[in-house]
Amino acid sequence: MLTFLLRRLGSTLPVLLIVSVLVFLMLRLTPGDPAAVLAGDAASTEQIIQIRASLGLDRSIPTQFAIWFGNLLTGDLGQSYYYKTKVTTLIGQRLEPTVSLALITITLAVVVAVPLGVLAAWRFGSVLDRALMGFSVLGFSVPVFVLAYVLIWLVSLKLGWLPVQGYKRIGDGVGPWLYHLILPAITLSVIYIALIARVTRASVLETLGEDYIRTARAKGLPEVVVLMRHALGNAAVPIITVIGIGIALLIGGVVVTESVYAIPGLGRLTVDAVLARDFPTIQGVILLFSFVYVMVNLLVDLSYVIFDPRIRY
Amino acid sequence: MSNPNCEALAVESATVVTQAGAWTRVRRNGAVRVGGVILLVLVVIALLAPWLGTVDPSLFDPASRDLLPGKVGEITTLEGETLKHKFLMGSDSFGRDIYSRVIYGTQVSLIVGVFNAMVALAIGIVFGLMAGYLRWLDGPLMRLMDGLMAIPAILIAIALVAMWRGSLLTVVIAIAIPEIPRVTRLVRSLVLTIREEPYVEAAISLGTPTWLIMLRHILPNCVAPLIVQGTFICASGILTEAILSFLGVGLPPDIPTWGNVMAEGRTQFNEYPHNIFFPGIFLAITVLAVNILGDGLRDTLDPKMAKRS
Repeated sequence: MLTFLLRRLGSTLPVLLIVSVLVFLMLRLTPGDPAAVLAGDAASTEQIIQIRASLGLDRSIPTQFAIWFGNLLTGDLGQSYYYKTKVTTLIGQRLEPTVSLALITITLAVVVAVPLGVLAAWRFGSVLDRALMGFSVLGFSVPVFVLAYVLIWLVSLKLGWLPVQGYKRIGDGVGPWLYHLILPAITLSVIYIALIARVTRASVLETLGEDYIRTARAKGLPEVVVLMRHALGNAAVPIITVIGIGIALLIGGVVVTESVYAIPGLGRLTVDAVLARDFPTIQGVILLFSFVYVMVNLLVDLSYVIFDPRIRY
Repeated sequence: MSNPNCEALAVESATVVTQAGAWTRVRRNGAVRVGGVILLVLVVIALLAPWLGTVDPSLFDPASRDLLPGKVGEITTLEGETLKHKFLMGSDSFGRDIYSRVIYGTQVSLIVGVFNAMVALAIGIVFGLMAGYLRWLDGPLMRLMDGLMAIPAILIAIALVAMWRGSLLTVVIAIAIPEIPRVTRLVRSLVLTIREEPYVEAAISLGTPTWLIMLRHILPNCVAPLIVQGTFICASGILTEAILSFLGVGLPPDIPTWGNVMAEGRTQFNEYPHNIFFPGIFLAITVLAVNILGDGLRDTLDPKMAKRS
């Protein structure tokens, strides 16, 4: 187990390093001078040269990367051009809404998708099964912002059940917090539900054909136990895997959903930073999201041991 | 084995039969038909855009601002001529005809989708062949792809467009780049499997040059999975372009795209929800059609992949 852990970490670290090189290059090799952007329109040439020197932009690209990466390791993501504060501070302020939205979405998606997928596999070829497969194709195709507006129009404007936009901090009470996040979470969870339900169905369908399922039924176990413990239990690994991979979809969806629902989170920060061409902030947010994605998938790999005792590292 | 001519003949006829079989299966597949027909209609709409009762999508008229769908208003042409025009889908806050913008938007979306798939496939095929064939390149190239895959696709696209500034070319490339790792991995794994096949071994022992083996034996076997993959990349490209334009970081606002029309409709959504719904419906139907087509193609062309998902 320990050797596996080390080996898996050993393969994760290069990925993170490559991600940071890519993110660095992506934004450092841009046309346009960050120093000029930071200095503003009224700055003189001397001022720009001074800022460039203070940012280290006058040095070679490898040196710049070494400095930038060194700062990164100490948890310093640099100074935002637009907000004029540290990027880490900025991210800290925007973390709560995004984490709240993501956690509610994942919970909602798993709670809805897994039972649906199991049912569809259990009644393979039935109306429910075909409806679920149809819904999943639809879920992949309806863009998250179109869905967001349809839901706002129906639930908030026509029925008046939920607020149209906005966010309340969890410190102001769990009720208002949840009340503002239900609609965004439903919006965001649809594509995730489609993905997880599809994989659950396929995976359970496969285990249902196994001999031990027949044995379990033959010894008179209730169908629920057969389905949940034997079929779903043995189908868990692909489902957990897709939940991990789906984090990428979720992050993309967060950017859009937060924009539509005016939630002041990291996704909104990304869009604002892009519109302001605030490169350090863009770099910081992309790095954070990628880091989370890689780490979640690392945890997913490690969790195989729990979900499938046959796997031993 | 004593008669090489006979062997060659047998192999050839066998190939012809399976190809014909695949094509018939594709044509008879319900999903392919449904997706294909909807897409065909959209292509016709895109091609016939100027003759479908549209006006120039950039024309505006202050007198026709914020009209409801179906209202008649006027619109001024570039020559200064004022025309009576029926605003089938209403007008936006500049007095532009949303119907015309949505219809012309079909052109943009289809072009972006197709070119996105072509760029991603072309680069992915080259990378995949290199990774599968050149041992020394395999490691570094695949680690690079791992790194690229670790960054969520929309973020790569957003960051790249932010740097390059939005134009059709930059948006297509920015959307295609995050798709490259998937194609590379697919081609690489196909190459690694196919190169162990007896017919490739035979070709190698006959002294066939590597590039000819790739062209004649490896690539034809990749075609079916690549078509399937390409269809899904096309769908995701159309979606991503709409998202970028909607967020205001995609194509310039004067280009009529579904994302741009929706972005303009955002501020007035409470009073004029149709400004977002009409382009949204077109977008959803297009992506749905491409995805259905992709599902059908996967089931018929690539049964191995169909089993997996």
